[in-house]
Amino acid sequence: MATDHELQVQRKREVETKEESTMPARLFQPQTDIFETSEALTLVLEMPGVDKGSVEVKVENDVLNIEGRVDFSKYEGLQPLYTEYNVGHYARSFRLSSKIEQEGISAELKDGVMTLVLPKAEKAKARKIKVT
Amino acid sequence: MSSYHDPFDALFALQRALDARLASDWMGAGTTAGGSYPPVNIFQQGDDFVVVVELPGVAKSDLSIEAKENAIRIAGKKEVTYQEDASIHRRERIRGVFDRTIAIPIQIDPDRIRAEYRDGVLALFIPRAELEKPRTIKIT
Repeated sequence: MATDHELQVQRKREVETKEESTMPARLFQPQTDIFETSEALTLVLEMPGVDKGSVEVKVENDVLNIEGRVDFSKYEGLQPLYTEYNVGHYARSFRLSSKIEQEGISAELKDGVMTLVLPKAEKAKARKIKVT
Repeated sequence: MSSYHDPFDALFALQRALDARLASDWMGAGTTAGGSYPPVNIFQQGDDFVVVVELPGVAKSDLSIEAKENAIRIAGKKEVTYQEDASIHRRERIRGVFDRTIAIPIQIDPDRIRAEYRDGVLALFIPRAELEKPRTIKIT
């Protein structure tokens, strides 16, 4: 795949919810790729600054909730001089279109990118229909 | 920041402090363009500087950092791959190459810059040049 085009800045999107959050800090939405194979649904989420122990993935009522927390204590003692982006925890939810085998969900985190594999439940897998 | 703070308040305070210096004039006019990839945040830590850059999905081996006098060049490539037989529902992540030079408006010591890359975040620790450091003047 050609990757020689120049990258443009993608502005961080804040989470917009109907309910008001009880804490004043802002949350950000991870940039997400989602693709589906016959076996699973895969989500790839960009959450720079989030380490393995700070992610929470939940499926409730067919809604997938993902939360990633950044360790902002690293910023203590740092005085901002010039900034171009803001930092905060990440959160995003997706309504799932197919049934998921919850126990089989696996997550991998590398260079601030989380790959989440949600295996489809047996009955949600597509059957090949033979034309007779 | 006090040490008995509510962590959420502390994060909010950090977010406000970052906002207050958004595109500030500290870098000087016209040296290097703001708004190019990757976005950078520059902090002061004592006498020295810390540059923090978010580069999610960029492998350490695809990242190159050069320093010369007071200019720091951050270049590399960000790859996004898809499984062959997958049908795509959403495609938001971007891929491509980047090459950005930032000029620190203060004399720095380019030989002693230290770089750390973890969880998609690059931190450059940049010491101020010895001759730039404030000196206490003894009254005799």
